[in-house]
Amino acid sequence: MPKKEYLKKVMVIGSGPIVIGQAAEFDYAGTQACRALKEEGLEVVLVNSNPATIMTDTNVADRVYIEPLTPDFLEAIIAKERPDGLLATLGGQAGLNLAVNLYENGVLSNFNVELLGTSLEAIKKAEDRELFKATMQSIGQPIPESITVEDVESACDFAREIGYPIIVRPAYTMGGAGGGIVNNESELIDVVIRGLKYSMIGQVLVERSVAGWKEIEYEVMRDAADNCIVVCNMENFDPVGIHTGDSIVVAPSQTLSDHEYQMLRTASLNIIRELGIEGGCNAQYALDPHSNQYYVIEVNPRVSRSSALASKATGYPIAKVASKIAIGYHLDEIQNAVTKKTMACFEPTLDYLVVKFPRWPFDKFMFADRLLGTQMKATGEVMSIDRSFEGALLKAVRSLEIGVNHLQIPEMAKLSTEEVHKKLNVANDERIFMIAEALRRDIPVDEIHKITSVNTFFLNKIKGIVAMRRN
Amino acid sequence: MYMKGKLILEDGSVFYGNLVGDSVAVGEVVFNTGMTGYQEILTDPSYCGQIVALTYPLIGNYGVADLFQQSRKSFVRGFIISELCEDPSNYQCENTLTKYLTENKIPCIYGVDTRAITRRIRSNGTMKGVIVPEDTNEEEVKKYFSVLPEMQEVKEVTTPEVYVMDNQGPHIVVMDFGIKRNILHSLHNLGCKLTVLPADATSEEILKLNPDGIFLSNGPGDPKDVPYAIETIKELIGKKPIFGICLGHQLIALALGADTYKMKFGHRGSNQPVKNLLTGRVHITSQNHGYAVEEASLENIDVCITHRSVNDNTVEGMRHKNLPVFSVQYHPEASPGPDDNTYLFDEFMALLPKGV
Repeated sequence: MPKKEYLKKVMVIGSGPIVIGQAAEFDYAGTQACRALKEEGLEVVLVNSNPATIMTDTNVADRVYIEPLTPDFLEAIIAKERPDGLLATLGGQAGLNLAVNLYENGVLSNFNVELLGTSLEAIKKAEDRELFKATMQSIGQPIPESITVEDVESACDFAREIGYPIIVRPAYTMGGAGGGIVNNESELIDVVIRGLKYSMIGQVLVERSVAGWKEIEYEVMRDAADNCIVVCNMENFDPVGIHTGDSIVVAPSQTLSDHEYQMLRTASLNIIRELGIEGGCNAQYALDPHSNQYYVIEVNPRVSRSSALASKATGYPIAKVASKIAIGYHLDEIQNAVTKKTMACFEPTLDYLVVKFPRWPFDKFMFADRLLGTQMKATGEVMSIDRSFEGALLKAVRSLEIGVNHLQIPEMAKLSTEEVHKKLNVANDERIFMIAEALRRDIPVDEIHKITSVNTFFLNKIKGIVAMRRN
Repeated sequence: MYMKGKLILEDGSVFYGNLVGDSVAVGEVVFNTGMTGYQEILTDPSYCGQIVALTYPLIGNYGVADLFQQSRKSFVRGFIISELCEDPSNYQCENTLTKYLTENKIPCIYGVDTRAITRRIRSNGTMKGVIVPEDTNEEEVKKYFSVLPEMQEVKEVTTPEVYVMDNQGPHIVVMDFGIKRNILHSLHNLGCKLTVLPADATSEEILKLNPDGIFLSNGPGDPKDVPYAIETIKELIGKKPIFGICLGHQLIALALGADTYKMKFGHRGSNQPVKNLLTGRVHITSQNHGYAVEEASLENIDVCITHRSVNDNTVEGMRHKNLPVFSVQYHPEASPGPDDNTYLFDEFMALLPKGV
């Protein structure tokens, strides 16, 4: 289907302030979106509260409003500009939440504004924990046993039933704010109270923890004709338990057989189809390292932080293609921006791999808790490309600009082997360096795997780096 | 300890690397772009006669397992890999790829620049190549290059004898030109009883079994190298419902009087987009073909094109206008590759006589 011709003016909700979990990647996505829409001759109205962005440059959108991203301000702008459509799936979670609010308060229908791309129903199916659970169950996609609670007592009841560890996730937040893994009742009570406070709707999800499993992500696109493709999959170096935003991530997956790769690919397509997403979507899985069992952990019905990574890693412009889908195009009608000859309806294949390494601000916040968990702490990331994992990893380490050029932190040399062994247990920002230090002390790979749950494939690669340096 | 070796292409380019084992490989060099599924690729009989280069640089990461085997053995002439993983990690891993290659005497060169090799093939087309120990002299290399093309690949890979996979549902005769295990599994899982016949089975032998349908498998080489099968298929068309995959698709085209041609570097990978012209939907497919059906040659024949490659518009599927005969150029059984296309097996089932 060609473009929806009745669309003349489209409003884009921008990325807002830079906070953990929603940083420059949404400026990147929003800028791509504005350009893609303008390319189609549409008038673009952009609203963003953050003037320190590319998208608010005067040549990106036709009209730029630098105003607070609140329902009232957006309503006033809609009243003034009278756009035909609203594109909200590119501004991260904040943009999505605003769109939900504008829809539910009748603003969109009052002013006859079409919500473009993914429908509100789809957004709710992915974001509302109970609806999500029901939707996944209806298509046979396994999710960890869980309940949504609005008070502490119900959370404790559930935990008594299925046992610890338990993971707590507040509904409608970004970067996992307010959540965490807990190992006993007193921790559970603390985190649930905090989570209830952070959640926009006063709900938290309490679920069985699959900490230690492989964490795998898929970036998927779908158009209104139900064509679906996978842009890229990714494997986290850090197993489930550490927020993917705080994990070292490799694209494509390294330790999945074709059977496992296709099993999760098929799951991703079934999910995006059932949700009815029109645009980009990110699905996260926990895969048991000892069987084919998996759980769907999370689905983001929008362009996400991982989409930016997948986009950069493959050259596939996810935000641009999602914008074109939102205004009516099908994947086989959108030009592949890389080849210029073929169409966007294909799955990129790589002859290299990509490593994403998070950048934490602990050098600026000396007294912050450096432990990593389900709440994202990184404020940035670097990405590197190479034909070997070793090459990509070392390039990433150097690009961090944290004063090291190698998998070695000099202070760690002063620790006794016993201390190194003990510290492997600590999942903080320096763990990969501690792993390298442990390998330097000839602590066996299997031993390190037992403590960290990091896949032996990655540990052996680091061992190779350490051995090469030694020689 | 490994041995130094080299890959020499017909255009004179030489790539130095390490060898697994010490045997020599001679064959047509092709590349596959899949990022997973190296064992399925190794054991896909359609690669018989070919030296396969993998464009993804890290190979062997999850080891090998009998479960992933696609035929009784590997028929590739050689394997070209950038980095060969010696420390695989996966719960299903039974062996390292290195050991598998050694035990099965599959010549392999690794530590070579597979991107450079792929670019050569992309710009110059598929060409002959040899993998030899580094100290092999020019005379010997020349001798290897002078070996004539084999043209008997189907005979090499087809089942030596008839076998049956019993079941309660419809009876399908499978003509085995080099079938992948997962095609048999896909049909068997749908309830079919399968009788698998060698490629040179005659139409009398097939019809005597009175099957409900006939399946024509994938296989290696030029479809014109198996004229006997083309003759057999001519005699079967119209008598029974027929479904063909890959080589089977090309053979149907030839049997109907259409033509096939050799492509510059073919389609080999797990990410090939194909448009179903009947539904408008695009599916990602697994492909492995160096030949294709000539579109112009279909003009005066009673078939319609049902599938097309989104990348280069080549014919990827067709259906007879009046008879129960259809075929696709790609691999709906995946292994390796996406599971988007299993609907084709259902369409075959729908084509079979009712009530069986």
